[in-house]
Amino acid sequence: MTAAPDHTPTFAALTPMERLDKATPILMVPVLVVLGFLAIGSTSSWLTLTVSGLAMGMMIFIMASGLTLVFGLMDVINFGHGAFISVGAFVGVSVLVALSGWTGAASLMLNLAAILLAVIAAMSVTAVLGWGFERVIVRPVYGAHLKQILVTVGGLIVIEQLIHVVWGPSEIYINRPEMLQGAVTFAGAAIEKYRLLAVAVGLVLFVAMRLVLRRTKIGLIVRAGVENGEMVRALGYRLSLVFIGVFVAGSALAGLGGVMWGLYQEVITAGMGERMMILVFIVVIIGGLGSVEGAFIGALMVGLLQNYIAFLEPKLALISNIGLMTAILMWRPQGMLPVVKAK
Amino acid sequence: MVTWLLSGDKPRSAILAALLIVILVCLAGAPFLFPGVRSLETAATICIFIVLAASYDLLLGYSGIVSFAHTMFFGLGAYGVALGTTHLGRSFGALATGTLAGALAAAALAFLIGLFSLRVRAIFFAMITLAVASAVAVLVSQLSNITGGEDGLSYRIPRVLTPAFRPFDEEVLGIRFTGKIINYYLVFFSCFALFLVMLRVVNSPFGRVLQAIRENDFRAEAIGYRVVRYRTTATCLSAAVAALAGAIYAIWLRYVGPDTTLSFEIMLDILLMVVIGGMGTMYGAVIGATIFVLAQNYLQNLMGAASEATHSLPLIPELLSADRWLMWLGVLFILSVYFFPTGVVGRLRAGR
Repeated sequence: MTAAPDHTPTFAALTPMERLDKATPILMVPVLVVLGFLAIGSTSSWLTLTVSGLAMGMMIFIMASGLTLVFGLMDVINFGHGAFISVGAFVGVSVLVALSGWTGAASLMLNLAAILLAVIAAMSVTAVLGWGFERVIVRPVYGAHLKQILVTVGGLIVIEQLIHVVWGPSEIYINRPEMLQGAVTFAGAAIEKYRLLAVAVGLVLFVAMRLVLRRTKIGLIVRAGVENGEMVRALGYRLSLVFIGVFVAGSALAGLGGVMWGLYQEVITAGMGERMMILVFIVVIIGGLGSVEGAFIGALMVGLLQNYIAFLEPKLALISNIGLMTAILMWRPQGMLPVVKAK
Repeated sequence: MVTWLLSGDKPRSAILAALLIVILVCLAGAPFLFPGVRSLETAATICIFIVLAASYDLLLGYSGIVSFAHTMFFGLGAYGVALGTTHLGRSFGALATGTLAGALAAAALAFLIGLFSLRVRAIFFAMITLAVASAVAVLVSQLSNITGGEDGLSYRIPRVLTPAFRPFDEEVLGIRFTGKIINYYLVFFSCFALFLVMLRVVNSPFGRVLQAIRENDFRAEAIGYRVVRYRTTATCLSAAVAALAGAIYAIWLRYVGPDTTLSFEIMLDILLMVVIGGMGTMYGAVIGATIFVLAQNYLQNLMGAASEATHSLPLIPELLSADRWLMWLGVLFILSVYFFPTGVVGRLRAGR
């Protein structure tokens, strides 16, 4: 007779190293900021660069959050996400142009009201578009990655061309509203006002998203669906309905990101979403597929690193994102905070 | 003989066989059948894109891997030739060195990307190749002292291959025989040979394993095939062939630039060619590339005419304008993924 295998569960506390390993992803952003400070030396340029890096990161996060949730929840990878960014930007800018009386006025309230209206218009249009996209393009190809990539790329092409049909083939230049132009000076550093607004919007959105995901019933279902969809379905929840909701919300967020990015660049083109998708994918990969927190950390790192490197060594800035992605994947092949198990 | 040349992979459809023969004859006799600079350009482009689409099909159709970096490898080959002739002078040796260097660089880069991304999950590969390819495209346009930046590079190829070379004083078969035609036959025969090599690869035991992995990678691994190793090899091979196609294109055009070799538009073109022609069969690449290049060169005129004819109606002329042909191809692309996942070739074979 063989002896029963030893089964002695241990209740030892985590060692400091293990704790550090768990906390590393969260610590990476502050560490990067400190490293940037050491490398740059001058407080005022460092502050300017940090704020612009954070603003860029927040905008990328807004665009990336929907994509990563959609992937986590339904294992759908949507290459057409970039089209929503472009459409959002074009709709939003059209509204802003129509409200040029409000944006030209030297009143912060009127300016913000114009932006709010533009954002609402852009988000509603992209939400409807997302719903249609899910119905027509994505629905028939659940579970087949290869086909998903192909048809969503096809959708991207068609929507981009439709933008050309509706708004004409040339890019559109847009001025930021009167009160959001220029910069404020703080501790000797010039900080553009619009960047502060972008950081604020991004932070509010992240906190709201976390609250919804952690504190509400629907958030619980979404998180459970990401981790084990079959079990959630077995418990009687209509996960496909939840999924459509997340897809529509993600598309609306892409529209919001498009408006904000368009105002940041002050020029919009039909191809802008396609170009942003590259950054969005890098962020989603280094954050870990399906993880909103990971996307947040990843977006901030990408934004900060790109701004620091552009200041320190302009030639390297082009490949800094690829370098960051390579380093993270060597360290954690699944991304920093993976939620979805490798399939 | 024919069976041996085709590596035992016959067209298996009378219409398809007839189409392939027509394409082969037209391409082989292009300088004599369709005299004129433009039709010769079209024929050479078709030859090169057949090889490019075939090498992409090795990934997409046979291995089930989606890559968005295929134009990057194509561009590496093209820039290899351009830099080779710029620095080593006007000789065939320089062309060969550049071609070889480009192909090796492409294979090495593909190996690195494959090691990183194919190890984890195939879906990473699509996203990572997209990121890497865009970084390389930006890098090429920024490093203007090496690559010529957005303007690209023009260079001189051996005189035998240029229109200035006239071996015969009188006309041959009714056309003036110049070095350009020699150049065309260099393109044609290299592409033909490369295509037959690709056909050999996919019909070898190696190709069968790739298809097994595409169908069920878990099972292939269980049977004892190293899935990662096979996928990485396929990626490298496909990258090297793409680079060779790029080198041929560079020799033909005597110019390289980001727009002609590296742009994302070309990547989409290749994707459309392979899907419309038929994934998972080399003949699909032939049909797809031929249809696509012909459409690109001649359909736009037709659409322009249609747009003119409907100019009194609202919106329709905009939709039919020649610049919007990519939109219709996109629609066609989505429809063919849904309804004809096997493409033109699959349809023809099924309807036998």
